[in-house]
Amino acid sequence: MSLDRRQFLAWGTAAAGAALAPGLRLVELAQARSPQEAASKLQRWGLLIDITKCTDCDVCVSACHEENGVSGHGRPETDAQWIRTVKLRDKRTGYAQSLPLMCQHCAHPPCVDVCPTGASFKRDDGIVLVDKHSCIGCRYCVMACPYGARSFVHETVSGQKADVPRGKGTVESCTLCVHRVDRGETPACVQACNQDGGKAMVFGDLNDTSAEIHRRLRSAPSSQVRADLALNTGVRYQGL
Amino acid sequence: MMRIAAAVLATVLSVAGYADGQENRARRVAMPTVKIENGDACVAPTGEMRRDHMTFLLHQRDRTVHEGFRAPRFSLKNCVDCHADRETGSVLGKDGFCASCHSYASVKIDCFECHTPLRKTATARSTSPAGNAR
Repeated sequence: MSLDRRQFLAWGTAAAGAALAPGLRLVELAQARSPQEAASKLQRWGLLIDITKCTDCDVCVSACHEENGVSGHGRPETDAQWIRTVKLRDKRTGYAQSLPLMCQHCAHPPCVDVCPTGASFKRDDGIVLVDKHSCIGCRYCVMACPYGARSFVHETVSGQKADVPRGKGTVESCTLCVHRVDRGETPACVQACNQDGGKAMVFGDLNDTSAEIHRRLRSAPSSQVRADLALNTGVRYQGL
Repeated sequence: MMRIAAAVLATVLSVAGYADGQENRARRVAMPTVKIENGDACVAPTGEMRRDHMTFLLHQRDRTVHEGFRAPRFSLKNCVDCHADRETGSVLGKDGFCASCHSYASVKIDCFECHTPLRKTATARSTSPAGNAR
């Protein structure tokens, strides 16, 4: 039996394909993970906020504080704040905008750099968190964060949510609703904005080329707050 | 003879009195109330849980916070959902599952300064993934 070159190559390719096919992928696909799986570097969770659609409501703020059991004592100076609306006004033209501002989930977070105990950390999928078990409440991260996103809990907390432990003497900030993300849901602010707000927020995997957030970022200009710091934020804004 | 009898009587009485004192003292120490709401279907055998529950919780704690590992088996939320008192819905309080033992053993835990000691919902028990006999 004689083989010509073309036939040899065809058979070879088919054999290689058959050997690789069962249970092996050359490029891992990003997909929802089970509770037993660890967060993966293949994903990077992010938010896109379209300021032009952002109305004057505070639906995202109240949804966040409701979901995470963040309640104040009527003392705005010291009460914890995970997300807030910021008003911008061009002094010359008087053009005003308002935008929600929370932890920007930086790829190079300054809060992680300064933490003396390793309590402030970035999870593999890009979510920046505080491990309150090792937080000593020094508040270096509060000072380091250029977005003012972190709060210190000054007073004894009661009535916490089962998924969101909070306690006096630790620092906290937006967790991108990590407990919901781990269940495959979107953060509370995004859900509320799309239900009752201006549909200005999109949540998704910045690495997933098929995700809506990726498509929107690809097709229109967007910006990072304080892009000059080169922190590569996970929260992006359009229309800013 | 009388003297010997009196000595024996005195000895017996003092020993009895001593034993009685010890019993009283034992009664004065409040024993823990181990009220197990959901009997024989914990996530590990009882002996193992008594000895090692703190280790299980500590290990799962770090994996959950840092890696997003959320299996219910050794999660604190799962403990609370099963073991919270039926009336108060809490693992704290005088007869609370966690609090009564820890106060007996003089162990001060601070889990519940941040974590809620309350069962999440009234139906959490029946939907608990640990699998109960109920």
